[in-house]
Amino acid sequence: MYTETTHDAAHGEHHDHGPAKGLMRWVTTTNHKDIGTLYLWLAFIMLLYGGSMAMIIRLELFQPGLQWVEPHFFNQMTTMHGLVMVFGAIMPAFVGLANWLVPIMIGAPDMALPRMNNWSFWILPFAFTMLASTTFMEGGAPAFGWTFYAPLSTTFAPDTTDFFIFAVHLMGISSVMGAINIIATILNMRAPGMTLMKMPLFVWTWLITAYLLIAVMPVLAGAVTMMLTDRHFGTSFFDAAGGGDPVMFQHIFWFFGHPEVYIMILPAFGIISAIIPTFARKPLFGYSSMVYATASIAILSFMVWAHHMFTTGMPVAGELYFMYATILISVPTGVKVFNWVTTMWKGSMTFETPMLWALGFIVMFTIGGFSGLMLGVAPVDTQYHDTYFVVAHFHYVLVTGALYSIIAAFYYWVPKWTGHMYDEKLGKIHFWWSTIAVNVLFFPQHFVGLAGMPRRIPDYSLQFAEFNMISSIGGFAFGLAQVFFLYIVIKTIKGGEKASAQVWEGATGLEFEHLPSPPPYHSFTEAPPVK
Amino acid sequence: MSSASNQDYYVPHGTHWPIIGSVGLSLTVIGFANFLHGTWSATPIFVGIAILIFMMYGWFGTVVKESLAGTYNAQVDMSFRWGMGWFIFSEVMFFAAFFGALFYARMYSVPWLDGGSNNDATAQYLWPDFEATWPLLTLPLADKFEVAKATMNAWGLPFINTVILLTSGLTVTLAHWALKRRDNVWLVYWLFATVALGFGFVILQGVEYVHAYQDLNLRLDSGIYGSTFFMLTGFHGFHVTMGATMLLIIMIRAAKGHFSPENHFAFEAVAWYWHFVDVVWLGLFIFVYWL
Repeated sequence: MYTETTHDAAHGEHHDHGPAKGLMRWVTTTNHKDIGTLYLWLAFIMLLYGGSMAMIIRLELFQPGLQWVEPHFFNQMTTMHGLVMVFGAIMPAFVGLANWLVPIMIGAPDMALPRMNNWSFWILPFAFTMLASTTFMEGGAPAFGWTFYAPLSTTFAPDTTDFFIFAVHLMGISSVMGAINIIATILNMRAPGMTLMKMPLFVWTWLITAYLLIAVMPVLAGAVTMMLTDRHFGTSFFDAAGGGDPVMFQHIFWFFGHPEVYIMILPAFGIISAIIPTFARKPLFGYSSMVYATASIAILSFMVWAHHMFTTGMPVAGELYFMYATILISVPTGVKVFNWVTTMWKGSMTFETPMLWALGFIVMFTIGGFSGLMLGVAPVDTQYHDTYFVVAHFHYVLVTGALYSIIAAFYYWVPKWTGHMYDEKLGKIHFWWSTIAVNVLFFPQHFVGLAGMPRRIPDYSLQFAEFNMISSIGGFAFGLAQVFFLYIVIKTIKGGEKASAQVWEGATGLEFEHLPSPPPYHSFTEAPPVK
Repeated sequence: MSSASNQDYYVPHGTHWPIIGSVGLSLTVIGFANFLHGTWSATPIFVGIAILIFMMYGWFGTVVKESLAGTYNAQVDMSFRWGMGWFIFSEVMFFAAFFGALFYARMYSVPWLDGGSNNDATAQYLWPDFEATWPLLTLPLADKFEVAKATMNAWGLPFINTVILLTSGLTVTLAHWALKRRDNVWLVYWLFATVALGFGFVILQGVEYVHAYQDLNLRLDSGIYGSTFFMLTGFHGFHVTMGATMLLIIMIRAAKGHFSPENHFAFEAVAWYWHFVDVVWLGLFIFVYWL
């Protein structure tokens, strides 16, 4: 069907230009490095914005009783904190890393579709401005939880909900375009010799993540579209009076939502799989099993969504199926953890900052995995559902999991990106400060959750007072640690010890073997040789 | 994977079209939200859409120009193919959400409202007179809704529309064959036939909607049957309109001689899209109209 197109040699000069000057460089850029930087900065701003809302939450929960904010505002804070962190911080940070790293890891001149790459990013500032502006409108920001269950988000929600709905549409468009670009880049832009099973695991995990994004972001778009028509055009998708069902919303939402949690963790697996071998000075143990485990997790992620709904009302056969399918996921996840540990076995280990964050990831992500295993068991989930135990669980996988991997990736690759080493002493302080604080913050939440403290409530029973105070102190300390991180980031960009091309003694991969630090604006204009 | 030098892969200069697109997109949705709230007129929506059309005209225009100038090598062409393929997959998943809602309503929510599974006592207590049927013409709380009087007959206009779309799938393939044997005249003729069938489908769908609203009282707010009926056929109709418009543009480009048997990705992308719209319709005909 398809035959080759011809091309002339008249366009060789396209690759010779450097970055444009001024602000318009960033607005009109088609360069994967520029766009990666934009994504990472957006993610950082959103992290601090979502984090400031977390501070308000912890401030209110510092003591029992209502101290600082109205309950309705508290609900807005929990909702917006969740939305901003999931869609604004974690996801864009991973897309930023993909933009920076995938082309230089596979020996490509840029992303496959550079103009669309620009649009994927430049939708997001508009979407988040729209979402954030609802806080200042009449009716306030979304207050129905980041899961926006109907009928809270349909019948009982303020007008501002429509801005939230359209913001989700915009984020979805951005994510799908970004994911298409990443898949096209990985499948079509690899240097000669870079076979699929030679690709770094970060590239593999992103290939699978991008597939998940394209599969489920449109489903989310469908869900919010049904919300919109239920709210304004008289449809009854989520209204039992007309033959629909609010529980249907939960099914559609979690069909998106469960793959979404893997979207936020698979690239993290790729990062950890790059860092551990470097600092253990051994190749990754079980490369192909890592690839197959990632693919298995992705496939299983489509079949387990209703474990978020064990208490919503489901036939017992459904509960049993979703329970067993959920617990099955621990097998490929276990493969990964065992492979990382085995990679370190008898390695020549050193503990530079990226390695510390990666080790922190392995230990604490596994804690989050174990509490997830507990939540996956239907009979006990009836007890834990909607308590602080759930909050503790998903913050262990998302903060000490996803966020830790992002910070690890920053320390690992920033010398490559900027040509400057970060300050090792400050990096280590950042790690230990964050790690002590984050455990003081989230570990006690397991206890109050098991004792019955519900999530998303601004006030609580007196017996939870001590643990909440401890948790809040950890929260403030963790928040401050990330402001300190901002200082480290700026300091590293502005200067620092010169990094070598290889950066780390044990580093492998095209970006460390064939590019200087920092790489030229257009790297790999000639495809590198792949061993 | 291409073995050509990376020098030959076209990496464009900076572009201003995306930021224009973002402005247009944002204005459209902000305008729409404010229109729904009654705070703005509909004008900002149309301004937003106009900006989006301007953006697409400019962006695609640039790509067409570059393509004709021979800027794109085989590897770029393959990137476009992957891009279009995965875009269509994302569209499939968008429709999957609405088909999922349809199946959930038919298999679970409607029977359960009538006491199915273990909901007998609830149904007896809340709406003893409600009886589960599909298509659903009696509602649990009928006085809240415009209840439909009858269901849409599958073997009238919907069947004619099925024939029309399947025929258009054939004509677009005949156009492709004409293109491959360098027969530009028949390429344009068959494309014209496809475009005419496409817009004919949309017009008949409009006639069907008028029939539904006026004669059957089957409306968007007629409960879950009306909701799934109009959202599924509506989004499909919107996609047919888009697809037919794209085919029209391809026809104009074909008439200008833009395509050769070796180089006609734009034609193929639109043809893929057209077949996708066709397949979705078959799903609609079977599950919305027929069964």
